Amino acid sequence: MSEKTIEMTCVVCPIGCNLKVTMDGNGKFLSVTGNKCLKGAIYAKEEVTEPKRILPTNIKVVGGELPLVSVRTEKPIPKKLLFEAMEVIRTFKVKAPVKRGQILIKNLLGTGVNVIATRTVKMDKGT
Amino acid sequence: MKRLEYDVVILGGGAAGMGAIRGALSQNASVLLVEREASTGGVLNQCIHNGFGVRVFKKELTGPEYHEMYLEKLKGFDAMYEATVLDIDSESRLLKVISASGIYKIRYGALVLATGARERPFEALRVPGSRPSGIFTAGLAQHFVNLENRLPGRKAIVIGSGDIGLIMARRLTLEGVEVEGVYEIMPYQGGLTRNVVQCLKDFNIPLHLSTSVVKVHGKERLEGVTVAKFIDGNPVSGTERFIGCDTLIASVGLIPENDLVDKEIEISSSGGAVVDDLMRTSVDNIFAAGNNVCIHDLVDFVTVEGEGAGQNAARVAKKEKMPKRVGIFKKGKGIRVISIHYTTATIPFKMYVRVDHPMDMAILRINDTNLKTVLNAKPSEMIEFTLDPTKYNLKGEIELSAVEAKR
Amino acid sequence: MGCVFLPFGEVNDLKIAIIGAGIIGSLIAREFTKYKVEVEIFEKLPDVGWGVTKANSGILHAGYDDEPNTLRAKYCSRGNEMYTELSEELNFKIKRTGSLVAAFNDKEVKILEELLKRGKINGVKDLRILSRLSALEIEPNLSREIVAALYSPNAGVLAPWEVAQAAVENALNNGAKIHLSTKVESIFEEGEKYRLRTSKGIFLFDVVVNAAGLWADELAESAGVKVTPLHPRRGQYILLDQPNVVRTVLFPTPSRAGKGILVLPTIHNTTLLGPTSEDLLPIEKEVTETTAEGLSKVVKKAKKLVPLINLSKTLRTFAGLRPENDIKDFVIKRESNMIHIVATRSPGLTAAPAIAGDIVGEIVEKLNLQKKDDFHPIRKAIPKIVDMSDEEKEKLISQNPSYGKVICRCNKVTEGEIVEAIRHGARTLDGVKFRTTAMFGRCQGSFCMVKIMNIMRREIGENFEEIVKNFPNSHIVDGVVR
Repeated sequence: MSEKTIEMTCVVCPIGCNLKVTMDGNGKFLSVTGNKCLKGAIYAKEEVTEPKRILPTNIKVVGGELPLVSVRTEKPIPKKLLFEAMEVIRTFKVKAPVKRGQILIKNLLGTGVNVIATRTVKMDKGT
Repeated sequence: MKRLEYDVVILGGGAAGMGAIRGALSQNASVLLVEREASTGGVLNQCIHNGFGVRVFKKELTGPEYHEMYLEKLKGFDAMYEATVLDIDSESRLLKVISASGIYKIRYGALVLATGARERPFEALRVPGSRPSGIFTAGLAQHFVNLENRLPGRKAIVIGSGDIGLIMARRLTLEGVEVEGVYEIMPYQGGLTRNVVQCLKDFNIPLHLSTSVVKVHGKERLEGVTVAKFIDGNPVSGTERFIGCDTLIASVGLIPENDLVDKEIEISSSGGAVVDDLMRTSVDNIFAAGNNVCIHDLVDFVTVEGEGAGQNAARVAKKEKMPKRVGIFKKGKGIRVISIHYTTATIPFKMYVRVDHPMDMAILRINDTNLKTVLNAKPSEMIEFTLDPTKYNLKGEIELSAVEAKR
Repeated sequence: MGCVFLPFGEVNDLKIAIIGAGIIGSLIAREFTKYKVEVEIFEKLPDVGWGVTKANSGILHAGYDDEPNTLRAKYCSRGNEMYTELSEELNFKIKRTGSLVAAFNDKEVKILEELLKRGKINGVKDLRILSRLSALEIEPNLSREIVAALYSPNAGVLAPWEVAQAAVENALNNGAKIHLSTKVESIFEEGEKYRLRTSKGIFLFDVVVNAAGLWADELAESAGVKVTPLHPRRGQYILLDQPNVVRTVLFPTPSRAGKGILVLPTIHNTTLLGPTSEDLLPIEKEVTETTAEGLSKVVKKAKKLVPLINLSKTLRTFAGLRPENDIKDFVIKRESNMIHIVATRSPGLTAAPAIAGDIVGEIVEKLNLQKKDDFHPIRKAIPKIVDMSDEEKEKLISQNPSYGKVICRCNKVTEGEIVEAIRHGARTLDGVKFRTTAMFGRCQGSFCMVKIMNIMRREIGENFEEIVKNFPNSHIVDGVVR
């Protein structure tokens, strides 16, 4: 089977190590060089196997001082699910008050990852 | 006219200002924050993406989380919100501030300038054509989307590959706006590599280097732009291409905000407040930290700068004798920006620099000594290092340079 | 059968239509409201002063440029003088900066001498030619390459749209009506009256004044009146956020193309460079685009006059159109009770009050109009916090705390001022901008636009989606995120 080597930049921390990742003919991860730490090796493996991303976005708030609460997935989710995740998140509404860290969507798309509020939104005093 | 007096007055409650509050409080100074918005946080409130706090909280957080978590550390300061400084009289150490409660004259023992930066507006580029609606700076578009719950348009192009533009390319794409591409006039990217990967490559948004806009079309609302290849800042005739779009997001540079003090303190050629390793400006009781010193990439660095500025401001306010400047930094070959211009050579301090062009391998040198080697050095990625006066001679003129080498 | 006796004072007042709410139309309308007539203003754009009035150099010319025996010469220096009292009544700012016409060689000095002669004939006061050193004393940043300069202390600067806004407000306050976004398409004579066909219906008037700027010729034509055809002359400008670079209005020596590309201090402490002088085709009356060639010409010529200008301080660029004809002079054509004011090219702004005075004076005499005894000449301007003393600021804020909330932080424009601008007629972002200078500054609105839109939403009741920059399709946002 023919091996393949690709180059990528690790984005785990600001150093941005230049990684060389080797995969087999089926695209399966074999090895990585160029990383200064273990996180880079994990990142490289994930990137070629099942790339993951944290998804930051907003959820609509009802009766709050702000119309939206900023949210994110607690952990990275598979990159290929990002748009589907957005479709689900779009359908949600939350009533104020919202607390930072509050779980707003449990187990997004069966990934086991929750969507949490990343800020506090108080109730709108005017309403 | 109401009169107030504080040891340390901090202008701006964004990341740097909050850091300064913490620093000043740690010295038991009386602290007043003057903030023009209704709350602290500055741009952190609209930066809902992750990438904040890796150093300060050892976690990767979003802007709002960073803001709230840091705010929890701050107790015992006074604040004026929706208040704007009209005038600074550095000789009398007086600020004139206006708010809905009237005019205030505030005397400070020491002042910390944490006024951040503004975005360069698209209009400043003098691009020919019409002047329709639909043109936004990336930060303004971010404000509309994340805080006002409004989309700027339906089909966008991004001019400039600065970080805010890259972030907005992703943000808009995730909300169903078509982002046709990102256009960068230089032959290299303007923002962090992690953003090029996670905002553009992830979404197949093309990054066109050495390309920028040469004409704007549309009478009332934007209808499109003409782009062309650029060499050395000049468009290449014959390479023009029309792109239909209704939204232009401009991410073409950040400018330090020092308009209140540009007659009072030394300002660098790039518009930043000139400071020494104590974060002290050319006036002994005025300190500065954050984007109004030099444009930063990571909020964690800004927080550290702010804490230092706040601490030292408090020491000055309490009439502590502060060390004098003994060394002056000069930008040598290969360096575009340095964050600190003078040193007291008393304690180790952090310096941030940017190289002036991408280098495969950059060797940072302090005078004739090699300091640090950086792989993949780019102007868009700030380089951090610590200068220890016991390890390097920091007296007199000190040249910082970056020499290119091949691996 | 018999006569109908109307109670005294309720005689059907004469109805006067003013077409165009630019500086000329608005001053004429205001002048008419001093008399017992009904005045209605028709403006095709969404706000006043948005045509030729909005995009020009904003200069009060001294009057030496105009050939004697032209209408320009007749009205320019007289209009210049009238601005002092007008600015006090209508409360808009003017600054008598003076002006210098710079000569770089002996040939140009000869032209200065001609201008001096001409100025004297036109009655321009205090005009004189200065030596190089004297000129540089007045204007230290002027190019050291000059050999002499023509100095006029009477020239000045103002914001022309402010005059139109103030004049319209005063006219409305004195009983006039205005129809915005209403285009007059044609004028028909109907017996002793005139029928105006507009985009919002048909109106009947006794007197019609055509001050429709770029379209005055087409409108006159629709009424069967022959006037000189107009073509637009475009001027491109660059505005710099560089205060105190020049103290006076600086001209190069004029050529056949016109007064040349200038460097001048605006009334808002910015520096204006321009205009170019490009003759466009008659069908190009809406071509206000800037061009690469035009802008680079502005930079080149401006740098020649003032080498110290800093282009990195560019705020914005823009272009305006002036209504030009072949004889390069105003044309005022009267036809029974219609007056057509055509080709109000430079110095139309300066001449405006004098033209308004004459035109209205003519009609007053011809139709024996009666003066009102309750005309209010003073127009109250929108208070400007930034211009007030600390005591005045405190007093205003204690009466109205929104004058303490700074919204536009580049120009320190407060919420109270923005609300007042809306009360004075602003219904678009540009409407607020041109009444307060909010969004005029360094950040060009990127910090304050959202706040202004929220204030507009609250005060006018418009949704965010409905708020426009200026024209009906210039929306800012497009839909919600959630």
